Amino acid sequence: MGNAAHGTNYINAEKGLMSWLTSLDHKRIGILYFCTILFFFLCGGIAALLLRLELFAPNVNAAGQAVAGAIFKTGDTYNQALTYHGAIMVFMVIVPGIPSIFGNFFLPLQIGAKDVAFPKLNLASWYVFMIGAIMAIATMFLHKVDTGWTFYTPYSIRTNTSVSLMVGAVFMMGMASVLTGLNFIATIHKMRAPGMTFHRMPLFCWAVYSTAILQVLATPILAITLLLLAMERTFGVGIFDPKLGGDPVLFQHFFWFYSHPAVYIMILPAMGIVSELLTTYSKKTIFGYTAIAYSSLGIAAVSFFVWGHHMYVSGQSELAGVIFSFLTMLVGVPTAIKMFNWLATLYKGSIEFTASMLYAMGFMFLFMIGGVTGIMLAVLPIDVHFHDTYFVVAHFHYVMVGGTLMALMGGIYHWFPKMFGKMYNENMAIASFVFVFVGFNVTFFPQFILGAMGMPRRYYDYIPAYEQLNKMSTVGSWLIATGFVIGLISIIKALRSGAKAPANPWGSKTLEWHTESPPITHNFSHEPHVTEGPYEYK
Amino acid sequence: MSTSKMINGVPVQEHFRDAHHQFDTAKMGIWLFMVTEILMFGGLFVGYAIFHLLYPEMFAEGAHFLDWKMGFINTLVLIFSSLTMALGIHFIQVNQIKKSVWCLAITIVCGAIFMVIKYFEYTHKFHMGIFPGNLLDLAKLNEHLAHEGLPAIKSTNLGMYFGFYFCMSGLHGIHVLVGMGLITWCLIRTVRGDFNPNYYTGIEGVGIFWHIVDLVWIFLFPLLYLVG
Repeated sequence: MGNAAHGTNYINAEKGLMSWLTSLDHKRIGILYFCTILFFFLCGGIAALLLRLELFAPNVNAAGQAVAGAIFKTGDTYNQALTYHGAIMVFMVIVPGIPSIFGNFFLPLQIGAKDVAFPKLNLASWYVFMIGAIMAIATMFLHKVDTGWTFYTPYSIRTNTSVSLMVGAVFMMGMASVLTGLNFIATIHKMRAPGMTFHRMPLFCWAVYSTAILQVLATPILAITLLLLAMERTFGVGIFDPKLGGDPVLFQHFFWFYSHPAVYIMILPAMGIVSELLTTYSKKTIFGYTAIAYSSLGIAAVSFFVWGHHMYVSGQSELAGVIFSFLTMLVGVPTAIKMFNWLATLYKGSIEFTASMLYAMGFMFLFMIGGVTGIMLAVLPIDVHFHDTYFVVAHFHYVMVGGTLMALMGGIYHWFPKMFGKMYNENMAIASFVFVFVGFNVTFFPQFILGAMGMPRRYYDYIPAYEQLNKMSTVGSWLIATGFVIGLISIIKALRSGAKAPANPWGSKTLEWHTESPPITHNFSHEPHVTEGPYEYK
Repeated sequence: MSTSKMINGVPVQEHFRDAHHQFDTAKMGIWLFMVTEILMFGGLFVGYAIFHLLYPEMFAEGAHFLDWKMGFINTLVLIFSSLTMALGIHFIQVNQIKKSVWCLAITIVCGAIFMVIKYFEYTHKFHMGIFPGNLLDLAKLNEHLAHEGLPAIKSTNLGMYFGFYFCMSGLHGIHVLVGMGLITWCLIRTVRGDFNPNYYTGIEGVGIFWHIVDLVWIFLFPLLYLVG
């Protein structure tokens, strides 16, 4: 730990903006992603708040009912805001989020490596991501996009909005995702420290590994699908166009062949974080290490065979529907394996209710609701009823926000002292959790009921019968926003005036806590030699 | 971090243990990238299979407009270029840099020949009114056929066949151009003396890319030209 004496670390090793923009250090690239993704999260969040505000009251066109009418003059603007909320949150926040921030920063540290396998490629992937992000934002100043984040044909072919540019943007961001995934697979296979066998890797690494496999194998299909969509718009190649005998449903098949595995690209790394948090803050060896590790791979494998459950009502054959229904329910098995092992980890542990731990427990609670409603939606007759209602909206927000974002927040607080070398105010962090958790349930639980009552998704208006629950949902969205703002303030305060963090404030066992906070540029002053598993608490 | 130091003429990046470790890792990265390339083309092949199953006559009719001789020459050119690419790597391994430079140059020329032939094929089709999808000028094409004393087009959706033709061969063509660019980069580095029998990672990776691009063409040729 020789460098600690001189106080040099990866942050102060070099100075100036250019030293960050040209850095090949995986930790600095992780921070670049951290800042950019936080910014996009703010953009997507503002869009969400506007949508909820619009839905605060029905009858937008009636005079006097005008909270909403003032925001979106027409349904078209609502559709655009909906598209940007979805596209930004999916492609610019949740898909890249955990792997690009924490994967970049902590994967090499956790396996005892000096860096990822391909540092230049790593930086390049951030630039490719940024080019994509800028293209996506540019569409807002051109003709906007109103297709929803799924770009379904034939509407996406016919609309005069900037779909081609947006599709190009998603293509670029997909490429960044592929490059990141490829880098991580090579890193895990080739860069582990001596003694760091696969079965001694922290579970976060296993989760990132499973995610990387999905990124590499699923994203190319999205790439070709989007290219074909752009070709369809430019030349009318006919593949998705019924006029030439093409098939719009084929677009849905292609799209979901990527986008269903992508759902697990979003959730698997979150599960990895939760495994780290639960074992650290209950000071107990994780229960069922092997089962949790391989269930990640299991989820990744099954995820390739379930895309058809998005098309139960798109004219797919009944037999296909039945098979996809069965396969979809199968995903519940490895997921439940994780859930039960996590619970068993908590059993008789010395649990500390830090903000990170609360976020991890919030994850378990919300993800369980999201997961179980997922099984409900996998059942054919139920889905035919619930398809395209708010029930589906509530379901995937429980998984994506209640799951991924809760874990992301937990991860930020857990690793913040390591990343920035500063401690944050625990009470503020807990306050942010309380607001996010309560607000989340107030926002999205009513949407299950609204969906069951038949309220369709994607509309900018509704009948008066849905008013009370919609009001509740909108109020909930303000609570969530408050929670995230408190979180942001706690981070900014900690950065400005936080106490200096010790190397291992949580008494964690994984390798990243064996080096200084913040780590030196080369991560470890001596290459670690690993002799035991990652969670040898007692 | 990746400042590198020279070990036996090999620039080894700092985060690798040795040259061997670096080479292995790089090769794994290249192969993973190739998997994504194959999957990307895979989407097109799946689309092709579905619509070929639905409209076999239309695909047969469309394939008549492709000149199999040109396609065949291009196939030979690419297979030959794969040989020269492999030899280019071989000669570096046995430290015959000059021969390697020649092989790489021939590979680039082969790529260029391929693209020139493609150019003639494309312009000839545009001349006849053959464009992808909705842009297909059926009236012009029928006029052209009547002039030659051939029967008029029967399929109503021939544009889709050419949608596939232009998308598949176009995407492949872009890959050939990228490959030529990469080989040129290898050529310059070889001439500059960057590579030696202990260090030829870049050229090895580009070689793998070039072989995969050739392999894709070997599937495209029968599917597009010979299916009729």
